[in-house]
Amino acid sequence: MNQIKVSPTGLQKVLRSSSSEEKGENARLSLLTGALAITDLLKTTLGPRGMDKILLSPSGELNVTNDGATILKAVHVDNPAVKILVDIALVQDDEVGDGTTSVCCLAGELLREAEQLLERHMHPQLIVAGYRAAAREALVALEQSATSLPAAETAAGYDALLNVARTALSSKVLSQCREHFAKIAVDAVLRLHGSTNLDHIKIIKKLGGTLADSFLADGFILEKRFGVGQKKRVENAKILIANTPMDTDKIKIYGARVRTDSITRVAEIEQAEQEKMMEKCRRILSYGCNVFVNRQLIYNRPEQFFTDHGINSIEHADFDGIERLALVTGGEIVSTFDSPGGVRLGECAVIEEIMIGDDPVLHFQACRANEACSVVIRGANQQILDEAERSLHDALCVLSQLAVEPRLVLGGGCAEALMANAVDAFAARMTGKSALAAEAFARALRNLPGIIADNAGFDATSIVAKLRAAHAQGDGSAGLDIQTGDIADMRKLGVVESFRLKAHMLGSATEAAEMILRVDDVIKAAPRKMDPAHPHM
Amino acid sequence: MSLVFDEYGRPFIIFKDQEKQTRTKGLEAIRANIAAATSVSRTMRSSLGPNGMDKLLVSADGDVTVTNDGATILKEMNVNNEVAKLMVDLARSQDDEIGDGTTGVVVLAGALLEQAQQLLDRGMHPSRISDGFDRACALAVDHLEQIAHVLQRSKADTSELVRAAMTALSSKVVNRHSQALAEMCVRAVLAVADLERRDVNLELIKIEGKVGGRLEDSLFVEGIVIDKDMSHPQMPKQVSGAKICILTAPFEPPKPKTKHRLEISSVEQYQELQQAERDYFTSMVKRVKESGANLVICQWGFDDEANSLLYQHDICAVRWVGGVEIELIAMATGGRIIPRFEEITPEKLGHADCVREMHFGTTHDKVIVIEGCHNTRAATILVRGGNKMVLEETKRSLHDALCVVRNLIRDQRIVYGGGASEIACSIVISEAADRCLGPEQYAMRAFAEALDAIPIALAENSGLSPIETLSSIKARQIAEQKTYLGVDCLGIGTMDMREQNVYETLESKKQQLLLATQLCKMILKIDDMLQPNSLN
Repeated sequence: MNQIKVSPTGLQKVLRSSSSEEKGENARLSLLTGALAITDLLKTTLGPRGMDKILLSPSGELNVTNDGATILKAVHVDNPAVKILVDIALVQDDEVGDGTTSVCCLAGELLREAEQLLERHMHPQLIVAGYRAAAREALVALEQSATSLPAAETAAGYDALLNVARTALSSKVLSQCREHFAKIAVDAVLRLHGSTNLDHIKIIKKLGGTLADSFLADGFILEKRFGVGQKKRVENAKILIANTPMDTDKIKIYGARVRTDSITRVAEIEQAEQEKMMEKCRRILSYGCNVFVNRQLIYNRPEQFFTDHGINSIEHADFDGIERLALVTGGEIVSTFDSPGGVRLGECAVIEEIMIGDDPVLHFQACRANEACSVVIRGANQQILDEAERSLHDALCVLSQLAVEPRLVLGGGCAEALMANAVDAFAARMTGKSALAAEAFARALRNLPGIIADNAGFDATSIVAKLRAAHAQGDGSAGLDIQTGDIADMRKLGVVESFRLKAHMLGSATEAAEMILRVDDVIKAAPRKMDPAHPHM
Repeated sequence: MSLVFDEYGRPFIIFKDQEKQTRTKGLEAIRANIAAATSVSRTMRSSLGPNGMDKLLVSADGDVTVTNDGATILKEMNVNNEVAKLMVDLARSQDDEIGDGTTGVVVLAGALLEQAQQLLDRGMHPSRISDGFDRACALAVDHLEQIAHVLQRSKADTSELVRAAMTALSSKVVNRHSQALAEMCVRAVLAVADLERRDVNLELIKIEGKVGGRLEDSLFVEGIVIDKDMSHPQMPKQVSGAKICILTAPFEPPKPKTKHRLEISSVEQYQELQQAERDYFTSMVKRVKESGANLVICQWGFDDEANSLLYQHDICAVRWVGGVEIELIAMATGGRIIPRFEEITPEKLGHADCVREMHFGTTHDKVIVIEGCHNTRAATILVRGGNKMVLEETKRSLHDALCVVRNLIRDQRIVYGGGASEIACSIVISEAADRCLGPEQYAMRAFAEALDAIPIALAENSGLSPIETLSSIKARQIAEQKTYLGVDCLGIGTMDMREQNVYETLESKKQQLLLATQLCKMILKIDDMLQPNSLN
């Protein structure tokens, strides 16, 4: 008689085979280990002197980056806690665009402090409660220290924006010519006139030259060419933007097909087809445009027709391309051509084919809706270009979000030190065990400037202590000067960051730490079996 | 496996493939079953109450779920044991019927089984235990109805409902924002509720989630939100006074189902066909235009030409809207679903005050919001959250809270939470047990003790000393005759659940007791199990 044995914990027995369960301390330990491992990996990229990582994809593609979100996306780790951290970093990227490394590092530091409290047998719920209270307090302190951005039109406002851009770029590969790029980013964002839609700024990467050769182009750049034999320059362009087949106009009625009994018939029908296309071209002509842009292909015959009639045609502009073009030139996108006059054409002063590096591109200057612009990035290799694009994108995100939330806080670890001191003062007034957690929160905040100092090769402990002392004595703008390795007045150095970025970082990091701490049981299902014959199924 | 012998002493086989099966009989079987069931309930125990911990579940594809919701944990747990599956079903039926209290019911069932185990060890017959449990359960349900408190609710004052929803949300990860979310739930339920018939169709409330933003950014829309955008990038982003044409026909030339072949053999035919095709589109758009519609919601796609024509005629359009949403829109806007272009008439159009496209964050996500519908019976809660996990958990929590509010509209009676009602029932049952003559009294006492497991688990999870807390509450309940004293989980400093505003619906509590007792009886009745040998 077989006896069913029931082990003391039991649950394992009732789960499907090769599922696993970790309970209580074990579960927490494995989650914390995973989370700390990934933050240790990211830690060294934080700050202006942070190091880069090389990511090698399975297909052998190389990627050199310093961007937290990009690193996290590429690392495959079999630990659920890591997935949570990756998630918050990606959302930070989506919402604010920058600060992905910081958010992970802060969450990691919070968990590291929590681990020590857990070792002292503090209940996770108490830690969570303390963290929450501390985060609230920190946010209040942050809000109080925030200063409003001067109006962007004034010189002071422009300088402030430049400072923000410089700070955002300082930790990236662009830092060598950050002055140049900060100016590009600020000028580009100012063109948006307060919109946060970064679609209007197109980033074009072209191999060759150096980063310093990058420039901000007025107007809009489309990576296409005019049709063969057409003028290279059109002034006072009237642009018809279309999405219509210009190869063969098939009959869409289902099941239609041609069956004839002689070659001449075929020729006739072909003639009719051609005629139909020509008819379409003539109708397009009647719109009075001198530039025709189509999303789909334009075959030789219609292109020839356009050339003959002095219309420049651009084929195969993709979806993004025509939508953006419609935006900047103020035209409508059309697919039928029966009502000339009823359609608004796009307008633009000059369209010119210019060369960037070796490639010809189309440059739309002085468009009707003059909000768009293009940034052309030049660089020695693809990796630099990619990384430069990511960095510039981060800076642009941060700057454009300032239109929504124009408050600024000081960078260089100043905001963190400020919040930490506020939380410390708060913890001293707190009763109950949660006060210990609030203290830990302050320590975690202070560790961030510590990491930045560490990465720059300075004595982290002494700098953190100095920072703390300076803030305690009421110097609310003391931060880490990365050049001298000492503390300095951040306001004078112009190291500023957006308030929204810092607030979001604080909120997400606390949320993620809380989520991981609240777990007391990890139940893993058996991984789905892969069919060895079809490894990619 | 025991062998059976015939009258000549030869063994014969009753079960097919007997050697490949394991058979467990009698007490042995009951014990094994109880052990399996309690192992599940023990896992759930730490998730009970406002200070309950979460569970992290990794699915077969490596997706991570962090949750505190009993039904979800059990569903994702990948349980293989039959009796453990019964526990999963138990939670599911509580979820289907009531929507909340899924963790509670599993913990209670586990506690009952643990008590039954002890009685079995003392030689009591399973069916005797069942009888005793039955009587105790009936007593408890009676008592619950006596101590139930009728909630005062009026149209103007929804604060009581909000508080009840907050109790349901307090144990979830979203408890920081419970006030705002609870208010949203109450507004949503009241928007769709039929107060005369005391009926709420929860299907009219949609919970949409969009990653990004913060939980505070979640919003309540008295209308419908669909995860789509306008079909033409240049259509206006807002339509006020929308007349909506709800179509289930594609803006494309017809495709007859019958196989056919259309042959072109001459130029004239070719041109004729071309003309016919163009006419199709113009007549389709004309029909829509003539009916007076200014917004088309279509289940299928559009041809580029049709799309452009619609735009030129100042008609907005949304394409590829799912079937469920189409129905919902039709219900809400009072429109009819139109399957063919020939049938478009002005009477069949739906009406809404405002339809607009909404953008989020730095990403390109857009949704379409339909507000001020003709028939207001539709509500949507648009949840925002830091990441997918938070979002999913919020959705689950909102579902629970919505169910609680719905139950309160159906039946306004409530009992106090925090273990208060369990303790009250436990006191009554043990008194009744003292007056009971038969051996059932032991089972009844066991039932009373099992009920105590809920406040004990609550106290344990809140870091209080369980026995001390329980005994002091019991003593005070008996001495002061107050059935609303419970475990002070949040450390507010009072055991009075009326002051703390911790409610649960009477319906949910009753259901918990009945379901748990039923399951327990079922497991006690099984005395023989045949299983294929796992080795083979």
